[in-house]
Order: sequence, then structure tokens, then C-alpha cells
Amino acid sequence: MTIGAPPRVRTAAASATNLWKVYGSGEAQVVALRDVSVELERGQFTAIMGPSGSGKSTLMHCLAGLDSATRGQVHVGDTQITGLNDAGLTKLRREKVGFIFQQFNLLPTLTAEENILLPLAIAGRKPDKDWYETVIQTVGLKDRLGHRPTQLSGGQQQRVACARALVARPEVIFADEPTGNLDSKSGNEVLSFLQRSVVDFGQTIVMVTHDANAASYADRVIFLADGQIVDELRHPTAEAVLDTIKRIGADH
Amino acid sequence: MLRATLKSLLARKLRLILSGLAVLLGVMFVSGSFVLTDALGRSFENMFASSLADADVVVTAKPTIDVSEMEGESVPGTLTAADVTKIAGVAGVAKATGDVQADGARVIGSDGKVVATFGPPRFGGNWTGEIGGRELREGRAPAAGNEIVINAALATKAGLKVGDDVGVLTMQPKQTFKLVGIFGYEGGLTSRGPVTEVLFTEPVAQQLMLGKPGTFTSITVDAASGSDPAAVRDAIKSRLGGTYEVRTGKELADELAKSFKDILSIFNNILIGFALVSLFVAVFLIINTFSIIIAQRTKELALARALGASRKQMVGSVLVEAVVIGLIASVLGLAAGYGVGAAGASVMASMSELQLAGIGLPPMAIIAAFAAGLLVTVTAALLPALRASRVPPVAALQESATPDRPLTKLTISGAVFLAIGGGLMFYGIKESVWALLGGVLAAFIGVALLSPVVARPAVSVLGRLFSWSVPGKLGRLNSGRNPRRTAITAAALMIGIALVTALNTIITSSERSLQGTVDQTVKADLIISGQGGPGFNPSFEPALVPQMKNIPGVAAVSAEYGDQAIINGEPSWINVVTDVPATAKMFTLETVSGSMAQPGANEFVIDDQSATEHHLKLGDKVEVKHANGLDQTYTLAGIYKRGEIYGGSMFGSAAIEGMRQQLPAIAFIDLGSGANETQVRDALNAMLKDSPEMLVQNKQEYLDAQFSESAQFLLMIQLLLGLAILIAVLGVINTLALSVLERTRELGLLRAIGLSRAATMRMITVEAVVITVFGAVLGLAVGAGLGAVVVKGLADEGLKSIVLPWNQMGIYLAVGAVVGVVAAILPGIKAARTNVLTAIAYE
Ligand SMILES: Nc1ncnc2c1ncn2[C@@H]1O[C@H](COP(=O)(O)OP(=O)(O)OP(=O)(O)O)[C@@H](O)[C@H]1O
Ligand SMILES: [Mg+2]
Repeated sequence: MTIGAPPRVRTAAASATNLWKVYGSGEAQVVALRDVSVELERGQFTAIMGPSGSGKSTLMHCLAGLDSATRGQVHVGDTQITGLNDAGLTKLRREKVGFIFQQFNLLPTLTAEENILLPLAIAGRKPDKDWYETVIQTVGLKDRLGHRPTQLSGGQQQRVACARALVARPEVIFADEPTGNLDSKSGNEVLSFLQRSVVDFGQTIVMVTHDANAASYADRVIFLADGQIVDELRHPTAEAVLDTIKRIGADH
Repeated sequence: MLRATLKSLLARKLRLILSGLAVLLGVMFVSGSFVLTDALGRSFENMFASSLADADVVVTAKPTIDVSEMEGESVPGTLTAADVTKIAGVAGVAKATGDVQADGARVIGSDGKVVATFGPPRFGGNWTGEIGGRELREGRAPAAGNEIVINAALATKAGLKVGDDVGVLTMQPKQTFKLVGIFGYEGGLTSRGPVTEVLFTEPVAQQLMLGKPGTFTSITVDAASGSDPAAVRDAIKSRLGGTYEVRTGKELADELAKSFKDILSIFNNILIGFALVSLFVAVFLIINTFSIIIAQRTKELALARALGASRKQMVGSVLVEAVVIGLIASVLGLAAGYGVGAAGASVMASMSELQLAGIGLPPMAIIAAFAAGLLVTVTAALLPALRASRVPPVAALQESATPDRPLTKLTISGAVFLAIGGGLMFYGIKESVWALLGGVLAAFIGVALLSPVVARPAVSVLGRLFSWSVPGKLGRLNSGRNPRRTAITAAALMIGIALVTALNTIITSSERSLQGTVDQTVKADLIISGQGGPGFNPSFEPALVPQMKNIPGVAAVSAEYGDQAIINGEPSWINVVTDVPATAKMFTLETVSGSMAQPGANEFVIDDQSATEHHLKLGDKVEVKHANGLDQTYTLAGIYKRGEIYGGSMFGSAAIEGMRQQLPAIAFIDLGSGANETQVRDALNAMLKDSPEMLVQNKQEYLDAQFSESAQFLLMIQLLLGLAILIAVLGVINTLALSVLERTRELGLLRAIGLSRAATMRMITVEAVVITVFGAVLGLAVGAGLGAVVVKGLADEGLKSIVLPWNQMGIYLAVGAVVGVVAAILPGIKAARTNVLTAIAYE
């Protein structure tokens, strides 16, 4: 790992090339991803949108190495992850990717601080003191570090999850509907925090969302429908996103 | 309701299989014990029946000294040749044969060692021909005084063949015989039961086995054809009078079989005791399982309540589950018990040359299996069932499951149980075994109830040991999450470990006090003693005693003879000590009154307590009826203060003549200063070469040999408690499997943020080890406590101080840890296989 913004050797933090994902076989066969090729640029906040069942989560899981591709290739940084065994994937998770899930992000037995430092502890790495301070500052949880998850609100919990993903400085953070369970105020807090980590620290973030407002925080929005990328927007506004969604809805 | 219950039963297979398995194992143990002892019992019955098949009537004399087993061995009476003639003359008697048969004919094998049987008798007797199923296999019958025949199993064991010179120890020191024949029994048997047999000519057998020429132990009568054995029996009875016992062959066979069955039933009860411990442990496992199931189903239950199910129905639904599990476990346990009992019986039968009667299924096995299986499961499920019925309907709507209930009630009732248990134990030690056992049981329940309170701090302290690694820390935190569950899982393990620790504490304490007493009061440097066994005492030539005294370096030798006798009408054990002053010195005995010089031939000395007990004072004369029938009068010449390990009577030399075996059985040797122990021992061993049973040991070796016997006993107990520990392991697996299931999402998260498979397994392992080590520590503490109570209670029996067996306790602790590691394997693998995606998608 390098300190500060990663050098731009390869432009893509993660990429998929001719990616297929097929569930089941015969009658029950579902093609969740159909020949998807996409590059997620470094230092960018990318949102993935699309109707329910369009393959957003599947794409993200494949990119993050949580799920295996049926065909095609996935890279995270310069590592090809298609074909990695469990040990390789564990190493990848320790060093290159961070996760924020929609809920149940934290271990109830640990305090907020311990949760934040958990990935580093698991990997046997020491936290960078200054960086840790910066992250805590940014998330605004200084006075909540000793609390356990049950003593935190949903928004606070998600911010702790964000801090945890950030503190290990992974190549890319994947977030699947991180604000899906939050009210709009807490959601916006989390989103602006994610945005800031991209702008201020050069972190790469990929986020799946249903919410046009959430997507408007991103630098780029990719639209999926029926397992294919059907459109994309750069520097989106909430209105532009909504328009695109409507158009896609009409097409399909 | 029933259908819903059965459906939910199937849905929770694993957990129910584990609890069912626990009950199954306990039931297996119970029914297996019954099957085993039943098969062995019938085998013995057959054995006695076939050996007495040809004997129509058997006549024996009433014992000359008749004492209960607690007081010592009875001295059997003998019959004379005149009795044989008299019986032969009774109408209806075709033939009367005098038999000699006594325990204690020890054959020296080809390796120079005495053939041991580990309990069953080593018979010596007279050859009466090929009768009662006896068949000569090789050679011929003994004709001359120096000839013997032995049974085929003994020949194999001793490595002897026809024509060999064989040393045999009897009442007399070693004598050498020519082996002229080997016999077996009909049906191809090499022996009848686990005994060994040496048959001499009649006069030799009478001399060596009974010590009296012309006497017999029994007379076997063939009734004339056509006459009824019972009628012949009555005819003989009226002819002989009261001092004889006359029984038909069948009666005698039944009586012998009954006495064996009594022993077997004690054996059976011991096995059942261990089975009950296992079942008690299973109760914990079942309580845990049902509690967990109910906690998981809180919403479902609340919904049922909201839809109108009554409390009774709720309790009923849980109990139906318990009954179903109990029934299935009982049936399978009975089947397994039948198998295990059959296997055990055939192993034991083949080890003891016993022809196994068919394996049966005694009704008691069936009754006990179902009683145990159902009772245990239903009782254990009762508490959780009542809790299920208390789930309020609103719980269906609430987000979280029932919060952790306060432990106050548990703690108070635990303390009450513990106090009652302690009290009962203290009272029971002296007064009644049942109170003692009840006390132990109550104490266990008390500790089990208290354990949740202790669990949290204890687990957190124990867990510190593992906190250096992240998985370790996570595992520790997980085990502290649900103190009730952790505690009850640990409590199951506690029981087995507590029992062995308690026993070990008692043994160690008593060994240590014995050691202390011996160190302080015993000055004997060497002890010559025999490895005992049934029959005559191992002994040596009296002529050796003066020779021993002449070995350079030996300051004093005091040898002892002993036998049963009747003193002033009371059965008692008498000793003859060859050098009373030397014994008094070697055991630091103080004179109370009279003289402790060597008593004259018809004098004796005795300890003060026995003197008081028998109302004896200096100068009193006592009438002694000796074991071989001799009557003598002795005068009390001295009274000594009973030593801590030495007591009893010491008679003058005249008493030797009244003993059946007129040989010394033990000798104490005092070495002079500067004596070379090794040289003396070599000289002694050389002298004792014809008495291979005698062992020369120094004080410490002698003690250690005694201690090693208790160590073997302890080992047996540990093996039998292994099942209880196995059941406890099932409980740990159960709890862990559940934790893994409940925390699927967390496991997925941990895997997502980089926890490797190996680390995941380590986490589960730490969780398991923390639980089991907690159980082990609890067990060690409780066991040490139980042991201490017993030791204290037995303080006036010579147990001076409580000594804890630290080494063994360390081993038990290690066993606890290993058990945890083993129990964690399957749940750990399951956890490591957690699929991150499905875990996140969970519910
Ligand atoms: N494990 C699976 N087995 C079979 N089909 C699956 C599986 N997981 C996803 N699918 C199918 O793949 C398609 C894409 O699913 P995916 O979860 O990626 O959709 P999504 O865009 O994330 O939807 P949502 O917005 O509802 O979360 C869907 O049709 C879904 O039914
Ligand atoms: Mg999705």
C-alpha cells in the first residue's frame, strides 16, 4: 500500500471485461450479467443504478470478488481476481477492497473504535495514526468511539462502517445501498462523507443505489437493465438521473 | 398443533440429533449393563449346572468359623473318610465320592512366575476320575504322590506340557511335581470358568490343600438308578444330623449361581451408577437445546399465542417434542445397548474361559431404557416448556428477542441448593450413603445454577489468555455473549471433571496422610510381602527367618503368621509375631501395661483399643478355637497403645499349630546402621527363590505399590466417566453449531473484511476452549470442594489434611482444553465455509 493518493499507473481501480454471470441451468436459468465490460476509474465515486433485478448487486459482488464470474474477467487494481482461490480472495479483501453493506455492518460485541480498526487488526497491520485521526474527524464520531453498535443510531452505525472501510485505505470501496435503511438526513450525512473521502483523499468508491438523490453525489452513474449497461452519466444531477431512469423504464 | 410440532421438529434436525444422541448414549449404557450382566449370569448358571449335572446330592460340612464378608473369611468345615462310608451306606446311594477342592494351588509357570488369575480361585483338589464332564485330553491320571494333572487352559497359560516338572505352592511351600496329564471339559472347554485347577492324588490333596489327612471338602453322591435325589438327600440328612449341609446337585448349582449373580448385580449397579451420571449430564444438554430452540422461536410461539393457543397447548407442544426425542433415543439406545452388552459379554466370556449362554434382552433392560430415556428428556424439557408458555403475544411484534433476564433468582436458588448439598454431604459421610449422594447431586445442581453468574467474569478472565490474536479476541467475546448458554454447556463438563477430581483429592489426601504416618512411625527398612490373591496367603518357609537374621547388616527380623480364629466365642483374626520387641520398635509401639517382650507359647499381647472392646485386662485367659479345630488357652501378657497403622493381637508360638497354613506371610526387617541395603536385598531375594510370590521392598516401594492400586482404580473410574465427558462434548458442539448459525451474518461480514478461513476456525476454537476450560475450572473447583468435604468428614479415620492432586488437576484442565478444540472442529469448518454472499443475504 502506498500512502496518500495512489499513483495513476493503471487508470482503472477495478474493471470487468466481457463479464457474464448465469445462475442456475436449464429452465430455471437466469442471466444476471450479460457480457458487461466496465472500467471504474481511480479516485472516482461511481454509482450503479437500475431497476430491481437488473444485476446491480451481482455486478458489484463480482467486481469485489465476493461472487465468481461465469465467464469473463475481473481486475481489482492490477490483480486479476477471476480464478483466485480462497486464500487469494482473503488477501484481496484485506489489502485491496473495503465493504459497506446496507445493514448489519458491525460486530455487536465490539465498540465503534474496535469495529473501525477490525480489518487492520485481522490483517495484522498497524493503523496509520494521522490517517486514523483524519478519518475519525471526517466521520464526526470522536465522542462515540467507545459505544457499542446497539448504542448508536442507524446513521451513526453506517458512518462507523464507512470509517472502517476507509481506514484500511483499500484500492476500492464497494457499498451496496449504504443509505437504503436511513432517513434522508442521515443518508445525506453518509453520502457527503463518502463524497468527501473521494474528493479529499482520492478514495475510489463504487455504490449501488436506487435513490437518484444518492446517485447525484457520484462522479459517474452507470445504468443497468437486464444485466447489461444501458447508459451512463457523468457529473449527474438528481434530475438527470431521474430522467434517465424514466427513459430506461420506457425502453425496457 | 401436533402436526405443527412435528414439522418444527424436523426443521431442527441437527440440534435434536445431538440431544437425542446424548440420551441414546446414556440409555445404551443402562441397557448394555443389564444385557451384559444377564448374559454373564446365565452363563455362570449353565456352568454350575453342567459341572454338577452328574452329582445327585452333595454333602458339605457347616463352616467351623462362620463370619460375614465384612468380618473376614469363613473357615469351611471338612468331612472325614468315615462320613463317606456312612453316606455310602444310606439307602438309595449308589456311590459316594469324597472331594477335595480348595482355593490356593498356585502353579509356577515355565517363566518362573506364579500364574495369576486376577480374582477367580486357583483350585487344588483330588483326582476323582472323568466325572462331571471332565475329560483327560493328554497323558493319564495322577497315580503317585508326586504326580499332578492340570486343566488345559492353565497348561497353556503356564506354558507347561505333559512330562514337565512343575512347582506348586499350596498351604506348604513350593513342592515339585511331575505333570502327567492335562484335562478339559465336555464341549471342548479348556476350563470351567476363569479358574485354574491342579489335581493331586487324594492323600496329597488332603495334605496340601486342607492340611489334614483323611478329610474332604465335600462328598458327591450318585443316587441309585430310579431313586429321587430329593429323597436321597433327606435320607442322608436324617442319617448325618445337623452339622452337615445336604443339597441336591441342582440346589447347589442354583445356590452357587445365585452368589455369582449377587456379585454381578453389584457390578451392574456400579455400571448403572455411571450411566446415571451420563444421563444427568445429558439433562443439561437437553435443557440447553430446548431453551435455544424456544428462544429462536419466540416470535413463532408468540404468534401462536396471539392466534389463540393456550398456555397448556404451548407446554404440550414442547413436551410432545421431548417425548418423541426420548422415545426415539430410547429405542435406538436399547438397540445399541444390546449390541454393546453382547460385545462386552463375549469379550468377558472369552477372557474368562466362560461358555457364553445366548445373549438375551432382559425385561429390566427394556424398562430401564424407556424409563431413563423418557424421564430424562421430558424432565429436562419441562423448564424450557414452561418458559415457552410464558412468551407474551406481543413478543411477536417486538423487534428483538427476549432480553437477557436477570440472574438473581438463579443465583439465590443455586446458593440454596449448594448449601443443602454441602450439609447433606457432611451429614451423609458418616450416616448414610444416600444422603451423601443426594448431597453431591444437590451440590451439582447448585453449582450449575450459580454458574451463569460466574460465567461472565470467568470467561472474560480466561479469554484474556487468547486475546493476543484478533480471532482469539472475537472468540472470547462470543463466548461471553450468552452467559446462560455458556454456563450450562460448561456445567455439563463440570460434572465429570468434578467427580474425578473429588475422588482424586480423597485418594491423594489419604495417601499423603498414610505416607506421613508411615514416615513418622514405621522404622522397618525392608518389607517382605506377597502379592495377595484369593486362597492361601503367599508365604515362605519358616526356616528362612533365622537365616535372614544372619545376613550381615540385618539388625532384626520379625515375621508374622495369621489366620481366622474364634476368641471367647467371637470371630477374630489372630497374628503370631516372631519378634514382638522388634515389631514394637519398628512400628514405635508404646507399652501400656504388662510386658511387650516376646510372649510365651501360650501368651499374647494386644492393643489397648481391642482390649477395651473385648473387655480384656492383663492376666485374663482367653479360649481360642483355631481354624484347624485346635482349642487353646492363652494369657494376656501385655497391652500396647494402638499405633496409627499397627494394631491387633500378637500371639505366642502355640497359635501357629492351630492355623491352617503354618507359614509366615510377611516379614519386617530392621537394618543396622551402615548396612548395605542392596546387598541385603540380594541375599534375601536369593533365599526367597522358591517363593516367587514374595517381594522384597523397602518402605517406600511397599507404599508405592499400595498407591498404584488406587491409581488403577482411579483410571477405571476415569474411563467410565469418559462417557459423561463425551456427552458434554456433544453439548459443546451443539452450542457452537448454534452460535455459528445465529451469527451467519457476522461471519459473512468478517469474511468480507478479510478474516481468513483458518482465522475463522481459530475464532470458533477459542470460543469452544473458553467454554470447556471454564467447565474444567468449575469442575476442578467443585471437585476439590467435594473432596475436601469428604476428607474433613473422615478426619477421625486418619485423614489428616486435604491434599490436592495438582498434577492430575493440570491434566484434567488440559483435557478440558483439548475437548474444546475437538468440539470446535465441525462447527469451525461450517463457520469457515460461510459464503459471504448468502450470509449477507441471510433473512
Ligand atoms: N443466487 C441467485 N440464484 C439465482 N438467481 C439469482 C441469484 N442472485 C441473483 N439472482 C438473479 O439475478 C438477477 C440479478 O440480481 P441482482 O441481485 O443483481 O439484482 P439487483 O439489481 O441488485 O436488484 P435489487 O435492486 O432488487 O437489489 C435477478 O433476476 C435475480 O433474481
Ligand atoms: Mg441488489
